[in-house]
Amino acid sequence: MIVTTFHYLIASAILFIISLAGIFINRKNLIILLMSIELLLLSVNINFVTFSTYNNNLHGQIFVFFILTVAAAEAAIGLALLVILFRKIKNIQAEDISILKN
Amino acid sequence: MNIISALFYIFAALLCISAIQTITIKNPVHAALFLILTFVSASVLFMLQGAEFLALTLILVYVGAVMVLFLFVVMMLDVKLLENMRANFLTYIPTIALVSILFLGQIFYIIYKSIFSSDKNVNNINNLSVDLGNLSNTKALGKLLFTQYLPAFEIVGCILLVAIIVAVVLTLRSRKDSKSLDVTEQVKVKPEDRLTFVSSKINK
Repeated sequence: MIVTTFHYLIASAILFIISLAGIFINRKNLIILLMSIELLLLSVNINFVTFSTYNNNLHGQIFVFFILTVAAAEAAIGLALLVILFRKIKNIQAEDISILKN
Repeated sequence: MNIISALFYIFAALLCISAIQTITIKNPVHAALFLILTFVSASVLFMLQGAEFLALTLILVYVGAVMVLFLFVVMMLDVKLLENMRANFLTYIPTIALVSILFLGQIFYIIYKSIFSSDKNVNNINNLSVDLGNLSNTKALGKLLFTQYLPAFEIVGCILLVAIIVAVVLTLRSRKDSKSLDVTEQVKVKPEDRLTFVSSKINK
């Protein structure tokens, strides 16, 4: 059974759905939420590389490079925000972030 | 079944299993470690498609830098507190399963339809990687990146610089026991702040 583009797309779709379910399951835990977002971006990257191979040009791989960079920046800033949130309210539950409410 | 197919099935299965472990496991340190496993198996999938540079970048950037950052932050926070955070997620399981299966069905349908309606025969893909002539993957990628995509490359550099500055500024705080001197405060001092004349009664 030869592996085709179809198989890669299915693997990427399954990863996408798993990480989407992860966002539902871990709504309260901000750190696992960030990890789920990283997984979402990874599945998009697998799609990009697959179509780059399928269309036989490298532009898809260049896009993966850019997505990786932006995802790394996003993770760094997200974790910095998490650290100052933890200093402020001693907790990182999403429902405890209600400082702006009153 | 040749070796490439076997590797694909092994690492795709590993990818899905470790992703499921990442989102369901209780301890966030273990979740971060399973996330590392997910990224490693994804980089093997990249390698199987001939994207060698991206596979190695994924390992270096994610496993080397981002995941260490995650682990560092998780260990700075209270692990006990994080473990008790996921209350009653069993009650949401039907909703989650329903939404996931619906969405997965839609994606499958779209991929399936597009395969049978396209003129190219996707099922019989001959090129396992991008045909680059006699260039290596890294060299071809670099040529494209530094000519056609140079403006985008520079913007990405700026984004990274901004991210560094933001991360440092956000987490910076002045310590109370710090011995450093504030130069502005020193310059602003006037003589009357430091010296007061007190009339004494001794010589009376």
